[in-house]
Amino acid sequence: MALNADFIGREYPVSAPYLVGREKIREFARAIGEANLVFFDCVAARALGYPDLIAPPTFATVVAMESSHVVMFDPDLGLDFTRVVHAEQSYAYARPICAGDELIVSTMIDNIRTVAGNDMLTTKASIDTVNGEHVVTATSVLVSRGVDS
Amino acid sequence: MAAGIRYSDVALGTELPSASFPLARVDLVRYCGASGDFNVIHWNERLATSVGLPNVIAHGMLTMAEAIRVVTDWVGDPGALVQYGVRFTRPVVVPDNDHGATLDVSAKVTELLDDNCVKITITASCEGQTVLGKAQAIVRLP
Repeated sequence: MALNADFIGREYPVSAPYLVGREKIREFARAIGEANLVFFDCVAARALGYPDLIAPPTFATVVAMESSHVVMFDPDLGLDFTRVVHAEQSYAYARPICAGDELIVSTMIDNIRTVAGNDMLTTKASIDTVNGEHVVTATSVLVSRGVDS
Repeated sequence: MAAGIRYSDVALGTELPSASFPLARVDLVRYCGASGDFNVIHWNERLATSVGLPNVIAHGMLTMAEAIRVVTDWVGDPGALVQYGVRFTRPVVVPDNDHGATLDVSAKVTELLDDNCVKITITASCEGQTVLGKAQAIVRLP
């Protein structure tokens, strides 16, 4: 089923705040095999000028997980989750995510197109503090494989 | 602790120290828990093969996370990262054995930009086949 192209530009409700915790940063850093002390040791992070532990660059995926599910499971959009592949991911950073940040995610559908029978959905998620400071923008491309491919 | 790379030290073609990252089943399970992505194709061989995959595959986001370590370890301060993007072009298949898969990552400077920024192009491969496309990062150096 083709995606509804009318959804280009659709903005989803802003997420509930996500409070970034030190132990979650450490858990995530361990899970990706990190050894850089700025993800584990507050003294090392402060030595680089950060107020607290910083999170690895792809930690934004944890913060945006709930919001991306809202889009993926939006019944009106019509994405067949069983046929979805994560095709591209990019981040534009204003600064690293930091322990203590309270972050909200604003997600919009940037583009929908069909390439060789596959639906391609581009979403943009702006991750900002509850005080309005921009932290990172995450752009994702999901591909829903056509039934013939 | 920072590696202390400065913009003036870098030239077009400068190669970053490469690295290899082992990915066993336990690493995928740990990443499921840490990331919140429990898609069955990352831990259940029966369901992964039922949707046409050769076996359980690593999360693309885990591959992406490992690949950028070559850049952030080189720079020292991960906060130097301005942009990072990849295409997931081929799955990293992780067999159920003692060693799993190995992700080999290399990177080099491919563009000198304004404002002390450099563009780095990353090559990530598994069993000699590239698994990421257009993997590029921009870092701002002192």
